[in-house]
Amino acid sequence: MTIGLEHYLTVAAALFVIGIFGIFLNRKNVIIILMSIELMLLAVNINLVAFSFFLGDLTGQVFTLFVLTVAAAEAAIGLAILVCFFRNRGTIAVEDVNVMKG
Amino acid sequence: MHIADFTFYTFAIILVTAALFVVVARNPVHSVLWLILCFIQAAGFFVLLGAEFVAFLLVIVYVGAVAVLFLFVVMMLDVDFAELKAEMAKYVPLAGLIGVVLMMQLVLAFGTWEFSAGVEARLASPTPPLDEVHNTQALGLLLYDQYFLLFQLSGLILLVAMIGAILLTLRHRQDIKRQDVIAQMMRDPAKAMELKDVKPGQGL
Repeated sequence: MTIGLEHYLTVAAALFVIGIFGIFLNRKNVIIILMSIELMLLAVNINLVAFSFFLGDLTGQVFTLFVLTVAAAEAAIGLAILVCFFRNRGTIAVEDVNVMKG
Repeated sequence: MHIADFTFYTFAIILVTAALFVVVARNPVHSVLWLILCFIQAAGFFVLLGAEFVAFLLVIVYVGAVAVLFLFVVMMLDVDFAELKAEMAKYVPLAGLIGVVLMMQLVLAFGTWEFSAGVEARLASPTPPLDEVHNTQALGLLLYDQYFLLFQLSGLILLVAMIGAILLTLRHRQDIKRQDVIAQMMRDPAKAMELKDVKPGQGL
């Protein structure tokens, strides 16, 4: 039995579901939520590269680069907001974020 | 079992296990370290799939920058993580339910999925043969030619993210002494020094 596209898709699906699971499991801890989002983006990247390989189309890898860029920017902005929020409130509990509503 | 199959299963098992530990670990520092392991295993996948450039970009960008950024923030913020984790057991049923539902949806999609007919003829940019153009070069030729505008735009996104992160976290503290470069440069040498003729036996 050789490794086909389905194997990679299965692993990526498992990774994506673990990411969703992590978001709902760590409702209060926004750092772990950001890490879960990174896991989900990684699952998307695995899908893109797997399809790119099995179809022989390089476009998937190009878009992996763009997903990588957006993920890096998102992590930087998210963590900056987190640091800002922590300075103001002294906690990172996401439930308290709604007090920032104007 | 072929060596490539064995490698795939090794990477897959470590990847899924590490991902699970990312979300259930009690200590966020451990979570970040499991996340780094995840990224390295995914890079292994990419090498298996012949995407070396993306694989090493993943190691450099994710492990070298994003994961270290997470580690900095986790260690910088003085948060009582035990308190945040205390109610985790309460959320397990809901999280498990949503996970199972999503998994079932993905399985349903997986069961009926197939490539459309004649997909080989409609590739946007077919991979050139490996003995002519290697992966990095092929990706570069595509990225700097066909996707040049998107490439520039992704650079712009990174610039905006950088400016935004600096703007959000920069604090201008008023209670410390700072060097005022403009004031230093605008100083008039004629007025900077004053000569006093001090008589012997007298003070100023």
